[in-house]
Amino acid sequence: MGEPVEPIIRFRGVRKAFGRNVVFDGLDLDVVPGETLVVLGGSGMGKSVLLKLLLGLLRVDAGSIVAFGQEVTTLSQDALTGLRRRIAMLFQGGALFDSMTVEENIAYPLLEHGVRDPAVVRARVEEVLGMVGLPGVERLLPSALSGGMRKRVGLARAIAVQPDVILYDEPTTGLDPLNVRRINGLIRSLQARLGVTSIVVTHDMDSAFTVGDRFAMVWARRVGFTGRPEETLTSPLDWVREFVAGGRGVMEADPVTGPPGDPTETRGRSATPSRR
Amino acid sequence: MSRVPWRDRLAELETVRFMGHLGGVAVLTGQVLRTLFRRPFEIRALVEQIDLLGIGSTSITLLTAIFTGMVMALQFAVGLEPYGASLYTGKLVSLGIVRELGPVLTALMVGGRVGSGITAEIGSMAVTEQVDAIRALGADPVKRLVLPRVLACVIALPLLTMVSDLVGILGGMIITMQEVGITWRFFLNQLLDTIGTVDLLHGLGKSLFFGYIVGIVGCYLGLRTVGGTAGVGRNTTVTVVVVSISILVSDYILTNLFLAIYG
Repeated sequence: MGEPVEPIIRFRGVRKAFGRNVVFDGLDLDVVPGETLVVLGGSGMGKSVLLKLLLGLLRVDAGSIVAFGQEVTTLSQDALTGLRRRIAMLFQGGALFDSMTVEENIAYPLLEHGVRDPAVVRARVEEVLGMVGLPGVERLLPSALSGGMRKRVGLARAIAVQPDVILYDEPTTGLDPLNVRRINGLIRSLQARLGVTSIVVTHDMDSAFTVGDRFAMVWARRVGFTGRPEETLTSPLDWVREFVAGGRGVMEADPVTGPPGDPTETRGRSATPSRR
Repeated sequence: MSRVPWRDRLAELETVRFMGHLGGVAVLTGQVLRTLFRRPFEIRALVEQIDLLGIGSTSITLLTAIFTGMVMALQFAVGLEPYGASLYTGKLVSLGIVRELGPVLTALMVGGRVGSGITAEIGSMAVTEQVDAIRALGADPVKRLVLPRVLACVIALPLLTMVSDLVGILGGMIITMQEVGITWRFFLNQLLDTIGTVDLLHGLGKSLFFGYIVGIVGCYLGLRTVGGTAGVGRNTTVTVVVVSISILVSDYILTNLFLAIYG
């Protein structure tokens, strides 16, 4: 993965606040095609917000997000619909519509994006359920599924329209080890089979090392580190090494004022925090 | 360090927040109007909602109406007697029901039931990211969730009010016959003499607006729900309060307006 590859998604100087709570300030991030980028950071540091900003589910306060050459922050609703055909998202709890069956859930984006032929829809539903290893659950309601199954159906729904990019919001949180392995395997195989670009938001380090080609770590309201997974282990930044080693206590100490040590030591493509 | 911008501080004032909600409801109304004529029309969803919100509210409407009519007749019959005016009971009861009590009490009862239900449903969807999922999958939550519910309320409430008027007057008639000793024929003649088209429109026009309030407030607070199941409970309660107060306040304003126009 060399430098010259043109990124398909580019965050520049993104700022987002909820009332007094500033989540991002001056965040920069690039995503190159075909990679699985893992976004790491402690709970409540706005990693999910990052994905929602990219999809236009939330609006930035300042800065620019470019995806496939389009400026997401100023897109009209109709143009956003087109963008969401290419970028799909797996929500944390699956976010299945609980008044609909599994089949209706997966058919939903297909119908929304203009696939009208019932036979085509049915075949596609069957195909993607097969891909996530859940054949034959079409008629069930989400309430009849376990947490892991719900996430896999959510993933089936996300890939139904054959997106170019898949966003995963905490894909392994709250799952048993077997399902964690299954989801990790799915993320890998979707990348290998479909060539999709993935952005995985997580704080599960095992999962991160299993699926990630590249890590981006959110720290002090911006991406403080990007690099290959193994580079985190030898990083000169204390907080990077400690987070990867499981230094949760340090992470939760004070995400606003930043870690002990000099944050300007950040390397890689990301900008450096300028707070004192 | 923790200097808070004046804009953020202002945003936390109660009055400003209230104005913000008013603005939010206005924006949502604009979005509903814009999606109203955008194909495909979700007829099935609309019929479902009318069935769920409207037909489902028939029994509480009937119960409220008949007892209101009865108790009004009783009060007037007894209260007017010392003045020798109890023969006017039928007039007062029917006028009161058609212009005021029919639309307002129906709206309050249905509003409590339906408005809170809408907030609870949409709020649960919001906190489990289902509303985000609708958007992420390329659809519009306003068209999918808000429009059918608001339309259903606007259509169903005037219809329920008509039923309520009829049943309320029926209850009033029975008690008037019993207490004042008039015949049903006399009562009906009085009714037809008293109630004109204007009175009916006065009541139904108000219920149309009340229907809009119930639907839009229920949806707005549902979509804005945050904070998990506790948030759903909180917003559901807020909906009942806001809907009730809005109905009572707007009733006064609308009544003034109608009286100014038709006298």
